[in-house]
Amino acid sequence: MKKIKTATSAIYMAIIFLFLYAPIFVLIVLSFNDSMSRTVWGGFTLQWYANLPFNDTIMDALFTTLRITICSSLLATVLGTSAAVGIHHMKKHHAAIMLGATNIPLLNADIVTGISLMLLFTRFTSLGEFSVVLAHITFSVPYVIFNVLPRLQSMSDSCFEAAMDLGASPAYAFYKVIWPELIPGVLSGFLMAVTMSLDDFTITYFTKGAGVNTLSTMLYTELRKGIQPELYALSTLLFLLAFVMLLIINFKSRNQEVKNEN
Amino acid sequence: MISKLRTRTSFLAGPYALWVLICTVLPLLFILYYALTNDNGHFTLDNFTAIADPIHLKSLWLSFQVAIITTVICLIMAYPAALILHNLKISNKSFVVFLFILPMWMNFMLRILAWQNILSNNGILNNILKFLGLGTIHILYTKSAVILGMVYDFLPYMILPIYNSLSKINDDIVEAAADLGAKWHTILFRITLPLSKDGIISGVIMVFVPSLSSFVVSNLLGGGKVLLIGNVIEQEFTLARNWNLGSGLSIILMIFVLLSMSIMNNEDDAGKGGMPL
Repeated sequence: MKKIKTATSAIYMAIIFLFLYAPIFVLIVLSFNDSMSRTVWGGFTLQWYANLPFNDTIMDALFTTLRITICSSLLATVLGTSAAVGIHHMKKHHAAIMLGATNIPLLNADIVTGISLMLLFTRFTSLGEFSVVLAHITFSVPYVIFNVLPRLQSMSDSCFEAAMDLGASPAYAFYKVIWPELIPGVLSGFLMAVTMSLDDFTITYFTKGAGVNTLSTMLYTELRKGIQPELYALSTLLFLLAFVMLLIINFKSRNQEVKNEN
Repeated sequence: MISKLRTRTSFLAGPYALWVLICTVLPLLFILYYALTNDNGHFTLDNFTAIADPIHLKSLWLSFQVAIITTVICLIMAYPAALILHNLKISNKSFVVFLFILPMWMNFMLRILAWQNILSNNGILNNILKFLGLGTIHILYTKSAVILGMVYDFLPYMILPIYNSLSKINDDIVEAAADLGAKWHTILFRITLPLSKDGIISGVIMVFVPSLSSFVVSNLLGGGKVLLIGNVIEQEFTLARNWNLGSGLSIILMIFVLLSMSIMNNEDDAGKGGMPL
């Protein structure tokens, strides 16, 4: 009976993962396809990988994407972490107002967020890479706050107070007592911000000016012309990079566990 | 001393409060302003009443249907997955959790395009079906393909909050029930499901809202034949260049989202159970 249950579970998970990863396999296969067509298999080739560094449109879009993602997630992490500390120390009803406002970008439809930001930016500044960064910060900060805040809430104040009683300055006590506890939340908030920023299309689409393209928006505008196969190569590389990073993190944390057990 | 410090520390949220005011609240006022005025800046309610136009009404109704079906399918698929994940007896569950997020690192638009390859008439799925002697299906550029694309895109948003709420359940309660002779289905329906309600609500919101308003999936997998409210709004801004009408319809969409959410959610602090890793 138990065996049947385990087997059913395994099959079910396999189906879910097949569903989630099927398009990714398709894209990886296409990156080695010696044909401009998406539907015909023309044999194995590495030419798209070789051509990739020389494809200016794609490399431009890649660097724009990276610039936007790195700037916005770093700033969002700083802004969000300090906001979380501040909100944690606020009076209850002030904190409730702040959290309500923080929920707005999470709950609002992307298209509405994108359009509303576009209307603001066109009035006060011009659309461009800068406005996209502002927009990305706006929708990333809530993820940082909701990753950091629970860490603060699960911490007791007494350690901090003890440090102060023993003569530490508030800043020193924060750095020595609270910060080490916050790091995992800050990191996962940062990672969420990066993921959301990389994967965003809608908000970027509305807040970018003419001439600025991230990978997603470039793809969307070039759909009718057909997709440049170098893009498959690029996204395969990005995916593999993320996968390898995940394996390393996994391996490291497992090592740490073993160490902790000894 | 400590309480004074608290007040001072709360000012750390100051920059963010300013940010929220400028980049979250002010833009919403802007969209409201555009929605309430016409081309010449005169007050009008036409942009709201435009929803009564049969084309708009039809696309809103279609969006609603697609969003409901997508959410229900996601929930049915995600709950067992989250439950299995929760019951896994391996040391490093977060690795498996990451596997659900990893696909997001491959460009979203490319992944949806890959579904075109899989679903097209001569696509991979049909070749497999033919090979198995099951005939072929023609679902690309239909409502079903759009729903499939959305389920694919939003499934992780349903699995993760449910998984999180399951991890918060005290295992002793489940064990106690089992000791007292409860069958697995009794445990599932009387204990696990009710206790994971918060996760379900977060998941439902996180899937329902984007699927109600998405326009990319319906463009790519619906081939322009499936016109959702998101598509209508996008076209008002990009093709028709009628920002006022687009803003009016956006506000209607927003009200619609808020209404559906307030029906679903009264006690849950949405987003909190959202997507923590």
